[in-house]
Amino acid sequence: MSANMYKFEFRARLKSVLTWSLAVMAIALVYLSIYPSFAGQAALLNETMAKFPPEFRAAFGLNGMDLSAVLGYFSFVFLFIQICLAIQAGNYGFGLVSVEESELTADFLLSKPVSRVQILTSKVLAALTSLTITNIVVWISSFVFINLFRDGRQYDGHILLLLLLSIVIFQLFFLSVGLVVSLLVKRVRSVTPYSLGLGFGMYILNAFSGMLGDAKLELITPFKHFDPNYIIQHGAYDLPLVLFDIAVILISLAVSYWLYVRRDIPAVV
Amino acid sequence: MNVIEVDHLTKYYGKARGIIDVSFQVEAGEIFGFIGPNGAGKSTTIRLLLSLIYPTSGSAKIFGRDCIKYGPALRQEIGYLPSEVFYYEHMKVIDLLKYSASFYKKDCTQRLHELAEIMELNLNRRIEDLSYGNKKKVGIVQGLLHSPRLLFLDEPTAGLDPLIQRKFFNLIREENQRGVTVFFSSHILGEVQRLCNRVGIIKEGRIIEISDIRTLQQNNYKKVRIAANGIDVADFNIEGVSKLESNHDGVRFFFKGDINTIVRKISQIDLVDVSIEEPTLEEIFMHYYE
Repeated sequence: MSANMYKFEFRARLKSVLTWSLAVMAIALVYLSIYPSFAGQAALLNETMAKFPPEFRAAFGLNGMDLSAVLGYFSFVFLFIQICLAIQAGNYGFGLVSVEESELTADFLLSKPVSRVQILTSKVLAALTSLTITNIVVWISSFVFINLFRDGRQYDGHILLLLLLSIVIFQLFFLSVGLVVSLLVKRVRSVTPYSLGLGFGMYILNAFSGMLGDAKLELITPFKHFDPNYIIQHGAYDLPLVLFDIAVILISLAVSYWLYVRRDIPAVV
Repeated sequence: MNVIEVDHLTKYYGKARGIIDVSFQVEAGEIFGFIGPNGAGKSTTIRLLLSLIYPTSGSAKIFGRDCIKYGPALRQEIGYLPSEVFYYEHMKVIDLLKYSASFYKKDCTQRLHELAEIMELNLNRRIEDLSYGNKKKVGIVQGLLHSPRLLFLDEPTAGLDPLIQRKFFNLIREENQRGVTVFFSSHILGEVQRLCNRVGIIKEGRIIEISDIRTLQQNNYKKVRIAANGIDVADFNIEGVSKLESNHDGVRFFFKGDINTIVRKISQIDLVDVSIEEPTLEEIFMHYYE
């Protein structure tokens, strides 16, 4: 990796990192701030919830959730945070190298005295740094807001830690899958449709696959791998699925390097 | 010593032709012109030498070392000005140039400012606010600021006004006098004629001629124009004559071969006027592309 490229890449993404971090923080604040009034009516709410069809509850990750409990309520908030993080990481993954080609700056960068491996490594590390900043904001704001609004109710700190730490691997999945897809297609003209597609696609796969009756498909989505309901109920990760997630990340990264080192940079015409 | 050695280089983009079996050498310290119309394979050749793309077969060496295997190290000594320049739009010119300089081991600050002054480039503007010509100037400074030993110029003058073009040519000549080897691709023959020692001509992906620019002009064709009364065009339809054209007061054609043959022919005519000249590179070139 080269320090100059790393710095350049990191700076280029700084604004986006701040925007995403603030957005995620705002989500945590808004949802968690209504928790006290919510929890007061919890008995009634759980009763109402029980009347909804199970498919509907599944779609919003509410199956078997106790919304009156701190973490039960938080897992509902966490789903929205996950969607945001997925789209952010997808953005960075799809744009990591494709942006040089769509903005036609690849010739500039690749005619410099650096190898493709150095370029990709610098870019990946810069993106990881950016994502880590967002993660730290998620960790701090979740922790602070939960403790601010929990209204004296107790929760299991160990489980909260598991939930919060899961976003690291969760984001890596979208970053690396985005990257490998961007290198498999001929040209990524605009990053957003891809990252929205991947982010929401994966979410929908998890939310609705039970409803569609084919439960196998949901196994490929990180929303299932790090399903907050599972983590809260078991007090642990679903280990085989997490390992599968990590395998997908490693393979995507390896294939990305393989493809990028051999890639013909399209000419500007 | 050869700075560039290209050995049977072939590139296909899928089924589309890039270049086919291209071989040539560029010697240290020369300005090598690479001529061909758009789509002939000029940019493909340069992009292969910079390992922006990889060959289907064949190989190339720069400074005696394989251009793919030693690419990163070799590019320390290479400057590249692409035909179309694109840079990070939101950046200021100075920041882009500093970023560019940060890739090289040597300190480029002084040269950067010298070049910006020569090219009359405003360093504090944003790239997105620059006109095409000014972006091109950024490209020139960017390609030269690390004092490379080898320069790739891919149709460099497009978009530059004549004044800046002259400054640019002077700059290239100065660099060349310091010992920099220049690979100059163009479809404008006038500028190649002015600048280059040797030329390679590429057509539909294949090299069709590599020659000294003088030899190309002298040893080949004569441009003959004859004005006379009652001239018979068929008289000149002989071996060695090409592009034979006639109008109301005479004929003109190109001739290759023993000049005596044509002079004897002309002496049999009652002339009004005659001229026998060296063809311009343009005319030679058109001949290759018939």
